[in-house]
Amino acid sequence: MKSDGRFRFDNYVVGSANRLAVAAARAVAEAPGAAYNPLFIYSSSGLGKTHLIGALAHQALQLQPSLNVEYLSLDDFVAQLHAAISAGEGDALKQRFQSVDLLLLDDVQFLTGQRETQSEMLRLFNVLQGGGRQIVMASDRPPAEIGDVDERLITRLSGGLVVDIGAPDYETRVAILRGKAGERSAQFRQGVLEELATVPFANVRELQGALNRLVAFQGMGEPVTPEAVREIVGADTVARAFTPLRSTRVTGSPITVTGSAPRVSGATATAPVAPSRLTPASPLVRAGNTPAHPLLAAASPAATGEFASFVSDIAVAVAQHVEPWKMRIAEAVAYWNGEGYRVAVLEKALKLAKAPDVDGLLDTFAAAVEHLKTLEMKVIAVDPALGGDALFRDPERVADAETLVERALLGDTPPPGPSSAYARHAYEVGPSNQLAVKAADEVAAEPGRRYNPLFIHGPSGTGKTHLVNAIGNEMAEASGGAIVVSCVGAQEFVDELIAALQEGTVDRWRARYRATDALIIDDVQFVAGKERTQDELFHVFNALHDAGKQIILTSDRPPKELGELEARLRSRFEGGLVVGVHAPDRALREKLYARYLAQEGVAAGPELLAYLADRPASSVREVSGAVNRLVAAADMAGVELTLAFARQELDGGTAGAAAPPPAPQAAAGSAAGAAAPALDAFFLDGEKVVWDWPDVGGRVIEEWK
Amino acid sequence: MSLVNYATREITCKIVYYGPGRSGKTTNLHYIYGQVPQERKGKMVSLATQTDRTLFFDFLPLDLGTISGFTTKFQLYTVPGQVYYQTTRKLVLQGADGVVFVADSQRRQLEENVESFQDLHANLAEHGVDARAVPLVLQYNKQDLPRDLIVGADELEDTLNFRGVPHFAADALHGPGVFETLRGISELVLKRLSAPSTAAAGAGAGGR
Repeated sequence: MKSDGRFRFDNYVVGSANRLAVAAARAVAEAPGAAYNPLFIYSSSGLGKTHLIGALAHQALQLQPSLNVEYLSLDDFVAQLHAAISAGEGDALKQRFQSVDLLLLDDVQFLTGQRETQSEMLRLFNVLQGGGRQIVMASDRPPAEIGDVDERLITRLSGGLVVDIGAPDYETRVAILRGKAGERSAQFRQGVLEELATVPFANVRELQGALNRLVAFQGMGEPVTPEAVREIVGADTVARAFTPLRSTRVTGSPITVTGSAPRVSGATATAPVAPSRLTPASPLVRAGNTPAHPLLAAASPAATGEFASFVSDIAVAVAQHVEPWKMRIAEAVAYWNGEGYRVAVLEKALKLAKAPDVDGLLDTFAAAVEHLKTLEMKVIAVDPALGGDALFRDPERVADAETLVERALLGDTPPPGPSSAYARHAYEVGPSNQLAVKAADEVAAEPGRRYNPLFIHGPSGTGKTHLVNAIGNEMAEASGGAIVVSCVGAQEFVDELIAALQEGTVDRWRARYRATDALIIDDVQFVAGKERTQDELFHVFNALHDAGKQIILTSDRPPKELGELEARLRSRFEGGLVVGVHAPDRALREKLYARYLAQEGVAAGPELLAYLADRPASSVREVSGAVNRLVAAADMAGVELTLAFARQELDGGTAGAAAPPPAPQAAAGSAAGAAAPALDAFFLDGEKVVWDWPDVGGRVIEEWK
Repeated sequence: MSLVNYATREITCKIVYYGPGRSGKTTNLHYIYGQVPQERKGKMVSLATQTDRTLFFDFLPLDLGTISGFTTKFQLYTVPGQVYYQTTRKLVLQGADGVVFVADSQRRQLEENVESFQDLHANLAEHGVDARAVPLVLQYNKQDLPRDLIVGADELEDTLNFRGVPHFAADALHGPGVFETLRGISELVLKRLSAPSTAAAGAGAGGR
């Protein structure tokens, strides 16, 4: 009986590949015998058949605890049948099966060639189906492909509903990985699971195996980076800890490594050491009758009692020395963490050297949590989709939560809008982008009527994001806030979909996007290869387009060059206006330099501007980078930014060039360093475990010294 | 890394067995390993030569289970005793919360004990750790050997224990004194829980 609760519907990630099978299984679980009888599920190995029928059984038992459910694989069935027949109790077995309400048979493909089993099963099926009992079967191939099976049985097998489970798509894979990582409370850096999901594993089991490998690898010390993922799961990963050993072995020195478990057995724990100590050459022979040290005479080695008494002594010492106020806060941390609340403020308090006002702190925290709960209840009444929002779990952001509730009470919450940091009047126009800007202006004036969709493509850094956000803001302003403009990056779009898949809130997610009046998707090239996202985008696109709502897309290349994009989406992208923005031309560069220098408070003369504008630049970002560099260099040198200085700085010696401050990397590095160490790091505490062995050369020298 | 992590409710304690070659450091670990109940046994890692001399280090993780709500883990290490494994010793010593100095009680090894003890202090100093602040106990091992071959605990006490730290006579091969030593160092280490500032300045500063 496998309905042990490990396999449930709520930990089964539903994607496009298994939706039908899950729906059928749910229907069967809710009303066994009423719909789809028999239900036949097939898929290649490792895609979740067993999980699904386990979930089915679990659900059915949850709904009707009195249900007589029998789960067995075909092998078990055959074995029971043979045993019963040889014991002369064939009838008893039949009676037992005839009283089953829900029969789940796994691995039915093994029916091949087993004639007696087949006829026995045929009889059993007739009885069960006649009595309105449910039969569910799982196999690695459809009924018709199970070889050498009685025709009558095949028609019965396929007589109900035959559904298959396909390989999960990218988004489902990410959702599965996140779910599994969550179950194992393993935390990975941003992008690690996404990278793993792109590795083409044949089935979910292999995917989980790869995840396990990452978890284990991370447990060894450093957090896994997205770049390292493929190497870790691809190559044969010998435990990193022993690399020094392997390299030393190459030198031919007589080293053996032994996890000593096989060497040490039972009471002879010290045996392996003894021979070397008591070599015949050694003058030391330990005579039992030699008077030992008085202390030793008293002590007698008890068995494992010694360890137990050691542990209890340690327990006493720990209890004496841990600080009670820290214990209290730590308990609160554990409790609220378990409840799903952010506890950063408490964790900060833990690091204090002296006890803060513990009572006050805990009371404040509890009060904040209470307040958040009330807010959450309020918001759920209006919009259930907002229940469980991260804001309601962070006592430090009560104010934000209040704002959210206010907004929810006023109306619904659309997807994120365009960033107000981008304004149309701050967007410089030159020949290289004027066509796109003109089109965008027209779209802003008459959303949904001129070019729908508007597809803007161009190299990175040429101002696409600025332009579309600015247009979004224009549209929202022009309508006086009446129309809701959504503006998301494609990556964000994918992430939201994955999160929705994971939480089972895809419908709500879909509804949010369909309710918007104008949709802007930035960097749409990122949906390439993500089939599920493309599916959803296709439906959202159609819904909005049909309703005459404006759609604006940006990409780093025109639609016809977008790889791994479904033709139906591509043709829709091309159906409005496709317009490019190009590397800034000279006129635009001059304007941009003037603007950026003015922003830095530098009054640039015409010669300087002319000189700068003459320099080629492939993107707007490059222009702003050059300005930053010049201004910083001039600042450091303490001189005014003149034509001569700029010339020297940009063309002349690179020696004194003020490199762009390495702040981003440094920040990223420290953020990564501060990232919480893997909780399951077991003994492998970075500082206390010795990983950094000297290089091979050093060790060899040391060894032969 | 502090000894006690209140946030994750973990106590991790690194104890290094230090001493001259063949003084019985690995034997200490083997005896402890043998006493750990089956269900608690982790994997002991030994990097040894064919003649069972410790080449790099031994590592014995001890999971003491949950104590006062803390998942408590001890990591026991030994260093290779032979004089020439200087770099390895220094590495293993890094981040130690406490040190057990295992002295060889044989009369002819007296000089090596002293040398190794000095080496310990030198290595601690190189890690920027004040040797007086590190929890330390002495173990006078092989006290079961015939009296005429060994130096008594009193004499060893005079030679080595100028700091007056706790000391234990032991016979690591058969067990007496092994757990007493471990208990002694553990208590010293845990005592520092209530004085977090000194603990941070001491062992925690090793390495890096």
